[in-house]
Amino acid sequence: MSKKQKRGVPEINAGSMADIAFLLLIFFIVATTMDVDSGILTQLPPMPPDEEQEPPPDINERNVLTVLVNSRDQLLVEGEWTDVTQLRAQTKEFIVNPQGKLDLPESPTKAVVSLQNDRGTSYNAYIQVQNELKAAYNEVRNEESRKKYGKKYDDLNPDQQKDIKAMYPVKISEAEPKDIGAK
Amino acid sequence: MAKFKKKIAGGTPAISTASLPDIVFMLLFFFMVTTTIRDASLKVKVVTPNATEIQKLEKKTLVSYIYVGPPANASLKATFGTEPRIQLNDAYATIADIAEFVEQERDARDEAEKMKITTSLKIDKDTKMGLVTDIKQELRKQNALKINYSTKKGNLEASK
Repeated sequence: MSKKQKRGVPEINAGSMADIAFLLLIFFIVATTMDVDSGILTQLPPMPPDEEQEPPPDINERNVLTVLVNSRDQLLVEGEWTDVTQLRAQTKEFIVNPQGKLDLPESPTKAVVSLQNDRGTSYNAYIQVQNELKAAYNEVRNEESRKKYGKKYDDLNPDQQKDIKAMYPVKISEAEPKDIGAK
Repeated sequence: MAKFKKKIAGGTPAISTASLPDIVFMLLFFFMVTTTIRDASLKVKVVTPNATEIQKLEKKTLVSYIYVGPPANASLKATFGTEPRIQLNDAYATIADIAEFVEQERDARDEAEKMKITTSLKIDKDTKMGLVTDIKQELRKQNALKINYSTKKGNLEASK
């Protein structure tokens, strides 16, 4: 009896614990991915409630920047052929209208970018245009927040961000695509 | 001399492996926390376009994926052709299946999170916008309005 008490509970062999842990580890390495998904976040406009189309809101011609992309990925901005590399600068000038031109928007809050593409436009070209438009808005917001608060837009507190957002709202309207290229 | 003899008799002392499980478990937890489980095997080839103005998707549990691209390998190409296809979950789908897919994704989430789902569109860069627009229209109909065009970070490249 006394001998048994001395020994107590026999020790469990933990030698295979490493094997089990390795097995689990390898399973997780194989079954999972590390990459963080990133991309251009946008909000789609809600579907109009009725089938019948209500007349489009009356917007002054000067407040609209028309961007057309055709099936060959060529760009037409305000009726003139342009390259995608110039789109950013052009959009910025359109939003801010620094010289108060009469054919550019009265104020940034009224500016609307109208984007229309063809059904044959490549997704790559579309993303490039979206990217440049977004970049233009981001740059304008950054410049304004530097001027006003001395900080980058991303570093502002939520109230300040809201303020800047209200000054330069992103209004990108996407029209139904045309189907010219397919014919 | 006696000292030397003793050493030879003992041989190399065994390295204790008692802490090995701890190390491996640490690695295991690291991987479990930093990664997500791959939910679908891709049947379409997706090379996303580059962009500079990208944002990271925050809550991975609130993201549902739609893949669009040409069939991934030769045997799939032989059956389904080379035109871009839509993949939902594990299978090819058509535009009409998107409604059901959105419904399923909503059912899998809590009541409070149903409307916060972001649909991430992983679309191959050579896809034509016609198909993409159809998908967007379908998502609008289902009132799934938050979308993300999945892109890589990098400089813009000329489309061919």
